[in-house]
Amino acid sequence: MVILKQEMKQGRLTLLLWTAIIAFMLGVCILIYPEMESQMNEISSMFADMGSFSAAFGMDKINFGEFGGYFCTECGNVLGLGGAFFAALLGILALAKEEKEQTAEFLLTHPLKRTTVVAQKLASVLLQILILNAAVVGVSVLSALLIGEKMEFQTFGLLFLAYFILQVETAAICFGISAFINKSGLGIGLGLAALFYFLNIVANLTKEAAFLKYFTPYGYADGADILANGSLEIKYLAVGLLLTVIGITAAFVRYQNKDIA
Amino acid sequence: MTAAACINGAAGSYETWPYKENTAPQRKESEHDMNIIQTDALTKFYGASRGISNINLAVPEGDFFGFIGPNGAGKSTTIRTLLGLIAPTGGSAEIFGKEIKKQRNEILADIGYMPSEATFYRNMKVREVIQYSAALRGKRCDGEAEELCKRLELDTEKKIGALSLGNRKKVSIVCALQHKPKLCIFDEPTSGLDPLMQREFYAVLEERNAQGTTIFLSSHVLSEVQRYCKHAAVIRQGELLVSDSIANLGQAHAKRVSLRGVDAPPALDGIKDIKVCGDTVNFLYSGKPEVLLQALATLPLADVNIAEPDLEEIFLHYYQAD
Repeated sequence: MVILKQEMKQGRLTLLLWTAIIAFMLGVCILIYPEMESQMNEISSMFADMGSFSAAFGMDKINFGEFGGYFCTECGNVLGLGGAFFAALLGILALAKEEKEQTAEFLLTHPLKRTTVVAQKLASVLLQILILNAAVVGVSVLSALLIGEKMEFQTFGLLFLAYFILQVETAAICFGISAFINKSGLGIGLGLAALFYFLNIVANLTKEAAFLKYFTPYGYADGADILANGSLEIKYLAVGLLLTVIGITAAFVRYQNKDIA
Repeated sequence: MTAAACINGAAGSYETWPYKENTAPQRKESEHDMNIIQTDALTKFYGASRGISNINLAVPEGDFFGFIGPNGAGKSTTIRTLLGLIAPTGGSAEIFGKEIKKQRNEILADIGYMPSEATFYRNMKVREVIQYSAALRGKRCDGEAEELCKRLELDTEKKIGALSLGNRKKVSIVCALQHKPKLCIFDEPTSGLDPLMQREFYAVLEERNAQGTTIFLSSHVLSEVQRYCKHAAVIRQGELLVSDSIANLGQAHAKRVSLRGVDAPPALDGIKDIKVCGDTVNFLYSGKPEVLLQALATLPLADVNIAEPDLEEIFLHYYQAD
């Protein structure tokens, strides 16, 4: 647990900042809903009629006039994208930073199994994602209460769960990559998160590109789809979970035999 | 002919000096237990490029051992392989009679290591790093750490990021010694330390050594090796050239003879460490002087040089790529 504790301590400022920013933006987004609501009914039909642009952001499937619809398109992106960037950042730095900062030689000449190091670093990544999401959910529920909107557990719970899994998947893939590199890899991590996001937008545009949803966690964490269907798309989720397992396994296997730079 | 080719070219008849313990200290099986570090043809290649090749190293328990070589010779590679940071591509090694790969954790529990680059988490305080290191070992070493910090005049409330190299080295020393390891491995420990601190550092090491701790340090500072070490090994271009006691290494029984104008040394007894490079032959001679001079008189020499090999000369000889 020593490494986990250390990682949490080292990462607390980053975690605090990201959590504060995402929670703040989400909170503001919710708090301005009453003002938007009156205009939303008109906007909603307009948004829904913008053809492929509407489809790209899932706006053809939902009603903006309702809080749920507003939340999952306007607010959801804040957590969907912001959370993914944070998760990518955590994952990609977790192992590689020790070599980049040249602290690996210090850490790994202590009597520790490499698997212990990987496991505790992974635990810290997951714990930080969990903390961010818990705080964000808390702030969201509070903000919704303040404006007198109810967040039905069925849909909103599913939405938050989807974003959480999305972040875990992104982090796990980046964590796997982290075991192979000895530079910061920040560009790879953030690039990957952005790529996932845009893959889903492209997938939403045409039926021919719909298969791309298999390759991005946004495939199952698409707020509009979740709201419309009331469930996560299992086939996309399954691929996501598989990639998560692959990422984590790769990290353990690779780090076990890695030559430390 | 390149320098490397010169060495390799002479490798066939290449005998190291002193002659008793050459590149491969052949120890009997029963003696293995007595050696804290024992490597057997330890080899590390990075792809096609050499790290170390066929290193046979034996460090007895309780020794104060110097590992000498120029930059890039393979000192750090050897140490990092022993510590399991990198995996050997050939050969094997044991520390405390335990296999370095399979029993890495057991070995590391009794080792104090000081890397050549003393790098830590920049935003941590010195005290936190020292405590973290102890915690990673599942130990508390507050008393010992405090005393070491006092002796080394280390301010434990400073942030790592604000420290000079010398002060980071001190942090490294405390982390390496606070848990009272059986074996200390130091990679270029004194670089960055001021002379007074170097002296204090060696004073601590000598105390530990007197208490039974084995010290293994790499260095390219000959004077400190000669002063503090009991044994030393010289590594160059990834190969171990010699391993012997400092006393033996410093023995001036032999003369270094350099002949220009011939391509082979005279056929005499007591000639060791022959190196041929172009029209120059270089060797160590430990026979009678008049025999050598008589033999030289018959050769068509362009130049001759006979000199006393002091320790420095011996090391430099191993260092230089001719």
